Order: sequence, then structure tokens, then C-alpha cells
Amino acid sequence: MVNWFKFSSPKTFYPLAGKLIPWFGVTAALLSFAGIYVGFFLAPTDAQQGEGYRIIFLHVPVSWMSMVIYLAMAFWAAIGLVFNSRLSAMMASALAPTGALFAFLSLWTGALWGKPMWGTWWVWDARLTSELILLFLYIGFIALQSAIDDRRRADKAGAVLALVGVVNVPVIYFSVQWWNTLHQGASVSLTRAPSMAKVMLLGMVIMVFAAWAYSAAAALARVRCIILEREHHADWLREIEGVKR
Amino acid sequence: MNQPLIANPIYAVICRDLKLALRRRSDALIPLFFFVVVVSLFPLGIGPESETLRRIAPGVLWVSALLASMLSLNRLFEQDYADGTLEQMMFSPASLAMLVLGKITAHWLLSGLPLALLAPVLALQFNLPTSSLWILTVSLVIGTPVLSLIGAVGAGLTLGVRAGGVLLAVLVLPLYIPVLIFGAGAVDASIIGRGASANLSLLAAVFVLAAFFTPFATSASLRIALEY
Repeated sequence: MVNWFKFSSPKTFYPLAGKLIPWFGVTAALLSFAGIYVGFFLAPTDAQQGEGYRIIFLHVPVSWMSMVIYLAMAFWAAIGLVFNSRLSAMMASALAPTGALFAFLSLWTGALWGKPMWGTWWVWDARLTSELILLFLYIGFIALQSAIDDRRRADKAGAVLALVGVVNVPVIYFSVQWWNTLHQGASVSLTRAPSMAKVMLLGMVIMVFAAWAYSAAAALARVRCIILEREHHADWLREIEGVKR
Repeated sequence: MNQPLIANPIYAVICRDLKLALRRRSDALIPLFFFVVVVSLFPLGIGPESETLRRIAPGVLWVSALLASMLSLNRLFEQDYADGTLEQMMFSPASLAMLVLGKITAHWLLSGLPLALLAPVLALQFNLPTSSLWILTVSLVIGTPVLSLIGAVGAGLTLGVRAGGVLLAVLVLPLYIPVLIFGAGAVDASIIGRGASANLSLLAAVFVLAAFFTPFATSASLRIALEY
């Protein structure tokens, strides 16, 4: 039985993160090569959308991740708020920029997809708008944390904001079912058989895992920087090789 | 002052805030003037065709109301924070969430309610049919308390922060979007001739949720701001 609480202090987590980053990084690189190969060379041309649909292999993973990362951020923020643990708050602020990046990419790839398919870069559709709000929430979280100088207060204030904004995530997820607008319904569902070709689904799933691995690597790398920044006064940092004070 | 604060904290805080506002009337009046001026700018910017104006009226009135109610938000806790009243409130035996709810109610009575009452008069400039004027007022009466409730969370989070006013806008405006959609949607639906009740019900649901959760979120954010 692994004692997970052992890694809840920056001192023990810092080397662990250092060990995990290359694994996640390499996994992300391999999976995205595989996913891109499947997506561009093995997947058939779509009957309705031609070649343009291939952006799905980027669009769907980044959109999912933008939501998952918000939930993860809100989860760590809540843990940090309740148990007053430093590392959880650091995880929350380490996840935010990656989430914002994915939300931005989701909107941008969606625009690139929408132009040839719908004939427009942007419509004020429920899902597009709620994804835009998600990007604003990420930016608000980052802005609030950087505006407060006292780190502990910044952590807690950000946590409250993240928890208030979490109501938006289910709205995005169910928006294609609640409002019947231009954005197509979900292509993949847990409850029924996929409505797309097996190879397409495979490519997408591989890319989703690539996005997961990339997010983990990026967040861990960032949390290491945050640890160095905030714990620069700590003695244990001096004992680690390669860290100059 | 002490006894009613424990017995009925919401009422006591409302009375106090209204009394304070009566002594500095300009604070409450300036957002109202802002509302009137902004709404009147749109016909000048867009052109006077009455058909176009009627189409954009719900959005224009609602967005202006949103901005006007946000203007007074950063003063919600600032003065009490500066003169130490807020700290005393935290020491009081009454629940902080209830005191906060009183402050939010006072804020709504001073900013939201006047906006809702003024809006139908301004809507006449936009050539709205009479039935829609009613819907507009009703949607604002249900919707503006939500603006005060959500805004209070933001005001607590940005209390005493650098460039707090602008940051408050960035934090709060995305959270206002559902209120804007349902509020303007109700008026829009009544203009087209569909019933506004679906949008109004959703707006009321948002209000109930916000009224339940935000006083606690606000008092949490105030405790963080004061490190109490």
C-alpha cells in the first residue's frame, strides 16, 4: 500500500514530479505521433465533411481536456481550501495556464473547422459561447491570483473563484443536448455505439490520451517551478542537486 | 444597535446601509445616470430606424443595466473594510452570511430596483410594445438581485487588491452571462410573440440558486480578504 499523503508535501513531491515528467512527456510525444498517423493516413475520408473533418483529432481532445482540467483545478483548489495544504493550491495554479491554452485551442480549431463546414468562423451557439466563458474563467482565475501579492490569500481567493465557476462545466457538456443549435451533437457516447468509423474513433482516443499525458507533463513541470519559487527559503531545496539559491 | 443585529441581522444591516446611502445620495444616483446615458447613446450610434431599435432594445437595456449595477459593486465592502466595520461584523455573534445577505439586499435596493423601475421609461425610446415593457420590468426585478449576489462574491475576492475595480469586471462579467441570456431572452420572446415564461422561470431558478449559495461564498471570500 502506497502512502499517498507522503507526497502531499512539496519536499517529497518535487523529486517525484521530476521523475514523472519525462515519462509523461515521452508518452505524450509517442501517442501524438501515433494519433496523427492514424488520423491522417489510416482514417477514411468522411462521407459528409470530406477531408476537413480531420481537425476533429485535435479539436475534440483539446475541448475535453479544457473541461477536465477545469474540474481538476477546482478539485485541487477545494482540497487546498479545506485542508489548507500548500501543494494542492500549487497544483491548481499550475493547471490553470494549460487549461486556458486548451480552451483557446478548442475555440480556434473549432473556428477553423466551422469556416469550411458551416461557412462561418463563429456563431453565438450555446456550446461555443459556454466554451468562451470557460476561457474567461481561466483568465479570471489567473488574473486574480497574479493581482494578489500574498500567496496564501491568492490561493484561497482563486479557490473560491474556481469553485463558483465550476457550475459552467456541466452547462458546456450538456449544451448540445439542451439547446438544439448549429454545433453538432456528441460524436462519442458511453451509452450507445459510436456513430463514427472504428479507425476514426481510435485516432481520436489516442489523441485524447496524448492530451492527457501532455497536460500531466506540463502541469508537473509548472508545479516544480512554482515549488522552487515559493519554497526558495526552505532548507531541503539546498540539499537537492542542481538547485542554486 | 447590538440587540437587533443579533435578533435580525439582515434587517439591521439593510437599515444601516440605506441610512448611510441617504446621507451620500450621489453614490446611488451616479450609476442610474450612467444607465440613462449609456442607453441613450445606442440610438445615436446605430441610427433611428424604429424597427432596428426594437430588435436591439432587450440586449441594450440589459447590458447597460448589467454595467450600471457593476459600477457600484466595488464600493459594496470597501468603506466598511477601510473603517473597520467589516472586522467588527466578523466578531459579531450574528452569522456573517446573514450580514452579507443584508448588505447585498441593500445594494440591490439602491442599484437594482431603481434600474428595473427606470428601464420601462427608457425602453419607450426604443419603441417597445407595452406588454414587453412589463416583461422587461419583471425580468429586471428577478435578474438584478442575481447581479448583486454574484457581484458580491467578486467584490469580496477583490477587496483591497491592486486595480480591484477592473479585475472585478473581468471576474464577474463571465458569471453574469446566464442572467443576461435569460433576461434579454424573456424580453425578446415577448416582442416576437412567444411567451416569456420559460426564460423567466429559468431566471428565477438562477436567482434561487444564487441566493442560496453566494452569501456563503461571499463570506468565505471576506474571511480570506481579512485573514480571519
